[in-house]
Amino acid sequence: MTPRLAKALVNGLLLGMAAVALFPLLWMLSVSFMAPGEASALPPPLLPQHPSWANYRELFLRAGMGRYLLNSVLVASAITALSLVFNLMAGYAFAKLRFAGRERLFRALLGALVIPAQVAMLPLFLLLKYAGLVNSYAGVVAPALASVFGIFLVRQYARGIPDELLEAARIDGAGEWRIFMRIVLPLLQPIIVTLAIFSFLAAWNDFMWPLIVLTGQEHYTLPIGLASLAREHAQDSELMMAGSVVTVLPVLALFLALQRYYLQGLLLGSVKG
Amino acid sequence: MNSPRSAWLFLAPALVVLGVFFLLPVLAALILSLTDYDLYALADLRNLRFVGLGNYWELLHRPLFWSALGHTLYFVAVGVPLSMGASLGAALLLNSPLAAAKPLFRTALFAPVVTTVVAVAVIWRYLFNTRYGMANYVLGLIGIQPVDWLGDPHWAMPTIIAFAVWKNFGYNMIIFLAGLQAIPPELYEAARIDGASPWRQFRHITLPMLRPTMLMVGILTVSGYFQLFAEPYVMTEGGPLQSTVSVLYLMYDEGFKWWNLGSASAVAFLLFLLMFAVTVLLLKLSRRGEAP
Repeated sequence: MTPRLAKALVNGLLLGMAAVALFPLLWMLSVSFMAPGEASALPPPLLPQHPSWANYRELFLRAGMGRYLLNSVLVASAITALSLVFNLMAGYAFAKLRFAGRERLFRALLGALVIPAQVAMLPLFLLLKYAGLVNSYAGVVAPALASVFGIFLVRQYARGIPDELLEAARIDGAGEWRIFMRIVLPLLQPIIVTLAIFSFLAAWNDFMWPLIVLTGQEHYTLPIGLASLAREHAQDSELMMAGSVVTVLPVLALFLALQRYYLQGLLLGSVKG
Repeated sequence: MNSPRSAWLFLAPALVVLGVFFLLPVLAALILSLTDYDLYALADLRNLRFVGLGNYWELLHRPLFWSALGHTLYFVAVGVPLSMGASLGAALLLNSPLAAAKPLFRTALFAPVVTTVVAVAVIWRYLFNTRYGMANYVLGLIGIQPVDWLGDPHWAMPTIIAFAVWKNFGYNMIIFLAGLQAIPPELYEAARIDGASPWRQFRHITLPMLRPTMLMVGILTVSGYFQLFAEPYVMTEGGPLQSTVSVLYLMYDEGFKWWNLGSASAVAFLLFLLMFAVTVLLLKLSRRGEAP
């Protein structure tokens, strides 16, 4: 094979794969601007004849999409902010603070990763039901406040902090909390960004647990609201595509803006083996 | 040196959350699976009875459990190799010195990973619509009769597998790409001097060097694919003719539609045992392969 042919082949295949990866997303965007019924035609139209915001207006004014969007933003932000604090503290303690049984406890936590989260869901539902937290934001947020993956990620990164730095601060009489806030957190900044995007995306895209614990429409997050709309409006492809755009666009934009941090975290998290 | 007390204070919030919302429920699930917890017990706990392994026994005699297990295994056995193959192929292309605009392609191929399953599953439902879907239209151009993708019991699961591969391959692609970049270029250099063809270089350098990465990616992907739920929930609602009911779908229906929480917990534990057994098996097989 000549080098030029090989080059054309490699780039042609990449172009083909990228087209397959992006086509459904671009098609969604295009159909979301079509008039009702326009997409149900042969051949399937690629671009709207008269682009309009009508589907979005319908979604936000009649289908309650604004409420779902607000719920998603609230729930995902709360989970991100609070779990960040909990995971940072624990990850730092596992990496740098000394206490009896540290390694054993950490290995036990990693071992718990083999248990699928769904095993816990049935009793968790009962627990929250007796605590009166079913169908509340707290019911979605509370179980997500700490994660083994998050703790692991922080620990990996925090192990690079030199002990001398912490000891020097202790000799100067700084308390542990002060050391954490003033010295450790600034050094952990890159992993904080990484962990924040991971938590936000995971919380935004989460489906099964919110589906179980949120029983009333007023608390639905976007994925749950969209799934219920999809059952009601199965025939309205244009409306549903607008709903998908509203659900996907925020996370896609976030990923594009902070891609470097996200991919770095993905690789850090996958070395555990 | 820090005092041990301060360390525990740093750990406490996360450990309390994991203990109360994960560890405790997992233990409770084991107990729950040995009871007949149902709608009556939900109303009044005095109706709760201990039934030993009764739930497990009953499940093993239920055709729906076995068919759900079969569908899940089908999804894992076909979906994981396809998914990993696509990831490896994309990573090899991206790693090729001939590829142009690598960051752009990498971002494009990764984009489906960060999207919301429900939203993109809705898109696929329309792309694979029997009458107006793009898939059938394109097939029609080359003279293939329309397929009832999500309405035909033989085609519904393959369609869901195609969707899952499209949605997930970018994730492992990034991990494979890092693995490929860690292979020392001298190895290829030496092979080229010895006159090894690209295919032989792939077989005797790339694949062996990528082995540890493959094993890890394989185990993570298998356990992820065993947890199939949202895709059939949105695309087919378990149908047609229950041909896409997965084990977790069964657990959800059993627990939260019929409120048989005892028997649903037994389903969850059987899935866990199966996943654990498959992981151990994969580790064993890979160790045996290393010996010669």
